[in-house]
Amino acid sequence: MAKLKTVDQPLTENNVTSESLFKNRRNILKSMGFVGAGALLTTPQSSTAFSLFGDDPQFQTRALPHKKNSNYIASDAITSEAKATSYNNFYEFGTGKDDPKDNAQGLTVDPWSLIVDGEVEKPLKLDYDALYNSFDIEERIYRFRCVEAWSMVIPWLGFPLHKLLNKALPTSKARYVAFETLYRPEEMPGQKSRFVGGGIDYPYVEGLRLDEAMHPLTLMSVGLYGKTLPPQNGAPIRLVVPWKYGFKSIKSVVRIRLTSTQPANTWNILQPREYGFYANVNPKVSHPRWSQATERRLGSGGLLGSQRIATQAFNGYSEVASLYKDLDLSKYF
Amino acid sequence: MILRVTPKSIVQLKIVIHVTNLAFILTWYYWAFTDALGADPVKALIHFTGMGAINLLLLTLLVSPIARFTRQPQWIKIRRLLGLYSFTWAVLHLSNYVVFDLQLAFDTLLEDIIKRPYITVGFSAFLILTSLAVTSPRAMQRTLGKRWQKLHNLIYPASLLVILHFIWSVKSFDPEPILYALLLLLMLSTRFKVVQQRLFSKSAGRQK
Repeated sequence: MAKLKTVDQPLTENNVTSESLFKNRRNILKSMGFVGAGALLTTPQSSTAFSLFGDDPQFQTRALPHKKNSNYIASDAITSEAKATSYNNFYEFGTGKDDPKDNAQGLTVDPWSLIVDGEVEKPLKLDYDALYNSFDIEERIYRFRCVEAWSMVIPWLGFPLHKLLNKALPTSKARYVAFETLYRPEEMPGQKSRFVGGGIDYPYVEGLRLDEAMHPLTLMSVGLYGKTLPPQNGAPIRLVVPWKYGFKSIKSVVRIRLTSTQPANTWNILQPREYGFYANVNPKVSHPRWSQATERRLGSGGLLGSQRIATQAFNGYSEVASLYKDLDLSKYF
Repeated sequence: MILRVTPKSIVQLKIVIHVTNLAFILTWYYWAFTDALGADPVKALIHFTGMGAINLLLLTLLVSPIARFTRQPQWIKIRRLLGLYSFTWAVLHLSNYVVFDLQLAFDTLLEDIIKRPYITVGFSAFLILTSLAVTSPRAMQRTLGKRWQKLHNLIYPASLLVILHFIWSVKSFDPEPILYALLLLLMLSTRFKVVQQRLFSKSAGRQK
């Protein structure tokens, strides 16, 4: 695998753009009217109401005690935290990559309730505190590959999903797992307006086969970079499936339902020709509009800070290949 | 009272066009190199230069309706400069893609142009814009004679290709390319006689 140029350079404060400068830049451009006319239309209230003389209140994350899991350490250089927390697809807060960071800071995560039900013998409900103290929190460094052909390397904090599912005792009828994101239009401008939310029917839903969900790699994440999740990354709890395209890793989960039939997933509903149920990272199966053979790894730094590298089957997690040995991966993409 | 266009104001306008375009280009590249364009400066720069090309193309197409509407043909004098800046932005857009995104993987570029419809369309538009830029000097206009106008009418199909490229490049429903498509159709509609009579004869009457 290609090494990033920045492997050995420690990140310093100087590498991080000050937030006020970054916000000011957007504001200057907007005031000059050079941002496309449509961008102004799609800008939700919270960011246009932003004032020059003070910052919007920021969502508060906190340090999260954890143990490093030495089985999951990527040899790749870790993406800078500033990039991983400012470049997100979370259409509930707008379709632009920086919209979630701009618009999600007011998300209420405490109280929270995560329900596990459906084909289980013991339905569960985890409240906010239970998300952090029901299971040992471990750190795992995973490669994260977006279907848009960019990728990052992220140190997640969380627990494997199978621990949670085993607690709920799936019945013999359980074959699939359905996930659902929070639906709260008053805090999620993309759910309030189709123009902001990319035309998606909310709530966002995703699904896995039960054996995929029980795989040791499949993680329920409650934090990254040693801290609890910020809202733009899916606070307070999200799924991380490292061998699948990023859209499978559903954010801000409120419900996990075990089912006997294959559940729907949002991007497949929106564009069945372009996005399947499985969405396994596969360099051999192109997206209809672009190649998936390579990806741009976002590391750190400016215009020359990203590197184009070859995409690996299952994003390099070859241990999951046996799950699909009887499946035609070009048909079930 | 509509602005009266004098030779002096044409010069002033041209200075404004140069300064604005160059200022935007320099600032954005400075920001891109110094990591002030968010997590993916490559994508931000590709998008921004693409929008620059579209905005300037629409401005170019706006010149002749304005000249007609205000009955001041002098406006046409800024059209070539606007067109050339649209081409400049398009060159930057394509170079950013090839240099910073594909990182000079020309085999991938070729594959993209052949296999990815939105890139095929974008690249075709780029070829047309190139031929228009190359033939834009007055000397070329004289050499080509009547064929020059025919060639430069290709700006209309090119603008349609550009908007199609924009619409196809977004992942889901996005109002912005649709809005641009509507603006372009509005601009193109002023090229039809029927619309011209409706739109421009009133102001003609007022002038008399």
